[in-house]
Amino acid sequence: MKFSEEQIHRYSRQMILPGFGGKGQKKLAAARVFLMGVGGLGSPAALYLAAAGVGTIGLADSDRVELHNLQRQILHRTADVGCLKVASGKRTLESLNPEVKVNTYPERITSTNIRQIIRDYDLILDGSDNFPTRFLVNDSCFFEKKTLVSGAILRFDGQLSTFKPHAGGPCYRCLFPEPPPPGTVPSCQEAGILGAVAGIIGLIQANEALKEILGVGKSMAGRFLFFNALHLDFQEVKISKNPSCPLCGENPTIRDLGDYSLSCPKQSCSLTQPPSPA
Amino acid sequence: MSQPAAEIRRREFGNCEPKTRFADRELNLKGKICPYTFIESMLALEEMEPDQILRVIVDYPPAACDVPRSLKGEGYEVLEVTSLNETDWEILVRNKEVEDT
Repeated sequence: MKFSEEQIHRYSRQMILPGFGGKGQKKLAAARVFLMGVGGLGSPAALYLAAAGVGTIGLADSDRVELHNLQRQILHRTADVGCLKVASGKRTLESLNPEVKVNTYPERITSTNIRQIIRDYDLILDGSDNFPTRFLVNDSCFFEKKTLVSGAILRFDGQLSTFKPHAGGPCYRCLFPEPPPPGTVPSCQEAGILGAVAGIIGLIQANEALKEILGVGKSMAGRFLFFNALHLDFQEVKISKNPSCPLCGENPTIRDLGDYSLSCPKQSCSLTQPPSPA
Repeated sequence: MSQPAAEIRRREFGNCEPKTRFADRELNLKGKICPYTFIESMLALEEMEPDQILRVIVDYPPAACDVPRSLKGEGYEVLEVTSLNETDWEILVRNKEVEDT
């Protein structure tokens, strides 16, 4: 890959970073990142990944833009209300950086199509807003040996981790073996969400994705981050592989993707009750 | 962007032969400012073989200091920085070993 004058100008402020150079920029250009959900988390993440020059970005979301999304889903504009989120997202990303190839998946992502779709990507960002999808993404990433950068938000709180069970780390089910019982966790509709919290966690997801692509810094694999906006508090706990994990443990009971819609009916939030931070 | 050494010397410096050692590649960055002087030098080095020598010509005064410093920071060996005339500087830098990244 030979850089054009325009590319050198566009990416100059990151190419001069220690250890980045042309090699780092080439890694980003060759990278393929899949975003599950183009909402509060996916919006800021996608913008920064595209701005950084990630070569291929996949956007999956079957929803259309609604007015109440715009308080936090900054990929979309008022004029986009009624449009498919993936179409609106693609338009915004391409206007930000025409070099980025944006693939869109407006269809429902299910256990029958997800493995085929994510197979084409190097790294998955989960910004979904419900437990069935969250477990579906985790399980499919495990089976396809894909690195998963997972984020979740509710009210003034956020959570984030990177899961790389194929590299020896824990998976999401090592922490949360099963979805919580229906009705035990409030939805964003019930509980609310501060837009800036979505921005902060989504941007950390983008940050971790860029680190994984570049192979720099300390991965969030094996670490779980808690964020509280009211106290502006970041806390971290170490997490390790659970030998009893039903997915990646010593005697797994989950051998393939199941029917996730039935496993957790009417759940519409993604923030789990975490282990207490140290 | 990269030109043969003799051609650069003839066109840019006429009979004023710089005291330079052999360079495997020449990069004329006259008219360019920082940080592009550093970035283009680094991109050229990334394409070169280990231990090869790059000769960079700059005429942006801060680049005469900033480019060598930034290249050193990236692990390259800066061999020489020479003022060629009232406007131009020559920077000689040796490429580093291939990194396992």
